[in-house]
Amino acid sequence: MIIPRLALRNLLGAGLRTWLNVIVLSFSFVLIIWLQGLYKGMGDQARVAQTDAEFGGGQYWQENYDPFDPLALQDAHSSVPESLQTLIENKQAAAILISQATIYPEGRLHTILMKGIDPAQSVVTLPTQFLDQEGEELPALIGTRMARNTGLKVGDTVTVRWRDSQGTFDARDAKIVQIMKTSVPSVDLAQMWVPLDKMQSLTRMKNEASLVILAQGTEEFPQVSGWIHKDMKFLLKDIDYLVKTKSVGGSIIYTILLCLAMLAIFNTQVLSIFRRRKEMGTLMAMGMTRSKIIQLFTLEGAMHSVLAALVAAIYGIPLLAWSAKTGWAMPEAADDYGIAGIGEALIPVYGTGLVVGTVVLVLLVTTIVSFLPTRKIAKLKPTDALRGKMT
Amino acid sequence: MDNSYLIKTDELVKIFPMGETSIIALNHVNLMFKKAEFAGLVGPSGSGKTTLLNIIGSLDSPTEGSTTVMGQKIEDLSHKQGAELRNQHIGFIFQTFNLLPVYTVFENVEFPLLLLGLSPQERQDKVMKALEWVQLADRVKSKPAQLSGGESQRVAIARAVVKEPKIILADEPTANLDAENSHNILQTMEKINNELETTFIFATHDEKVIQYLRRKITLIDGKVAKDEVYDNPTGRGEEQ
Ligand SMILES: Nc1ncnc2c1ncn2[C@@H]1O[C@H](COP(=O)(O)OP(=O)(O)O)[C@@H](O)[C@H]1O
Ligand SMILES: [Mg+2]
Repeated sequence: MIIPRLALRNLLGAGLRTWLNVIVLSFSFVLIIWLQGLYKGMGDQARVAQTDAEFGGGQYWQENYDPFDPLALQDAHSSVPESLQTLIENKQAAAILISQATIYPEGRLHTILMKGIDPAQSVVTLPTQFLDQEGEELPALIGTRMARNTGLKVGDTVTVRWRDSQGTFDARDAKIVQIMKTSVPSVDLAQMWVPLDKMQSLTRMKNEASLVILAQGTEEFPQVSGWIHKDMKFLLKDIDYLVKTKSVGGSIIYTILLCLAMLAIFNTQVLSIFRRRKEMGTLMAMGMTRSKIIQLFTLEGAMHSVLAALVAAIYGIPLLAWSAKTGWAMPEAADDYGIAGIGEALIPVYGTGLVVGTVVLVLLVTTIVSFLPTRKIAKLKPTDALRGKMT
Repeated sequence: MDNSYLIKTDELVKIFPMGETSIIALNHVNLMFKKAEFAGLVGPSGSGKTTLLNIIGSLDSPTEGSTTVMGQKIEDLSHKQGAELRNQHIGFIFQTFNLLPVYTVFENVEFPLLLLGLSPQERQDKVMKALEWVQLADRVKSKPAQLSGGESQRVAIARAVVKEPKIILADEPTANLDAENSHNILQTMEKINNELETTFIFATHDEKVIQYLRRKITLIDGKVAKDEVYDNPTGRGEEQ
């Protein structure tokens, strides 16, 4: 086929104009891939972090448990069924007992969740081993956000008050044994982790739990009466939704950039078809058919994106590789308001599908934009073209 | 039909509608051209020379009448067949040279051969041969912008002749050239006409061109007013 060769020659022959379009288009390439990679990385990181710290390999919820209804928490506990108890004893699951509580650090009231967890558990990555302490005081583990919000430090003692299973208020002093650094706010904000057995006896909920976290990799999820299995898809749907929403915001940026590049190419095409009528007439006189000429001009436009992909590869690959290595440092403030699971740096993830998909998308859009103005050629008479006239 | 004729026009009429009125550019033109003719359509501006050349070259279609080129009725050809006819058998030379600006001299001349699908080796040989005819073999790498008018037109001649077509149609080929260059390109075309037996049809009102013609067809208001044959044109004698 000679058309691609001719198109490339014409394109390179056009010089500066071509390269300006190519550079703008290459920005779109790099930005699309970078932003998409960032969102992909964000999603992946959040998913992994939250799975490690909270979701494990799925959960069983006591049938009344609803994380969005604090009032129901009062009744969201019952004896751990035997089948789950076996898993817990085999370290393939961890029971969590949740109760509403209030603490009074520096005399100010904070409503929190008190969560009981086995200090020896290994199902989630929380540093629960610090809770393995003897003594009168209740050992408590909190996260950095909680520590910041309450002013609590390691070694501090704080009064905790809760209602037991009969609804009677009870209170103890809890001692902060560790402040854990975690990127997952949902195990941190307004909560206090305490040893499960102590909590069970203090609340008179012997052997009871609100939910059971399964170890990652668990494959069998038998029916347990009174308990509802929540799979990973359910547990992760908030993250998936959040990532999706955020990436829509990001796609607006590159849609604008892509539109600009497309406008530049459309403009170039319109101008070149207007200016090169005589050339088209000459091509027709030499025996080129109109459809070949349309192909030629369309390909010339479309090749902008091929060149742009090459140019983008030249500066984009090192740039993207560098950003994938160093990540994007998150500002301190992002800790509280950002997405769960993003630690100090957001590491973009570029999949083959993402790169190939972006290239194909841009190629397709450029081809369409390049083709549209060429339809004028289909009606062009050779004699008019040779006289430099366009009808 | 007489097969010894390469081109035959039969009662050609071309009318251009112009708003309320219309212009009769060709008015019942009957002409025949044989192999190896060196003929010119001569006449004042607006007499229909270009229109006739375009119809013969299948770039335009007549309002009435018919044209036969190499045994094919032009008006029956599809777009694609018309393009094929031009590609294989007709070379065009324009007043404004119409070289492709981003291509080198070599690439410009090579272009028709690319369309014909010739192999690189064949293309190389034919392009160099054509450029030798027009004495530009040393300018293969130049771009059109670096050429003078005379050189540009010689490249255009090489481009028209490279595929060794049966017919070359030249519309005012000297209008943008000075006397010396005009004579130079006419002598080149005469040489090609002699060696390859290519039929040349000019549209011109340039005396320098007319001197070289062996057949002079005078058009006035779209009609053939005179059709004269010269056995011994004066042009050659004058320059040598
Ligand atoms: N595309 C066109 N539209 C309208 N009128 C035209 C067109 N082409 C040629 N004409 C008219 O037809 C007549 C013959 O034109 P043309 O063949 O170009 O003459 P010449 O080449 O002898 O100068 C002129 O009056 C010209 O104005
Ligand atoms: Mg004319």
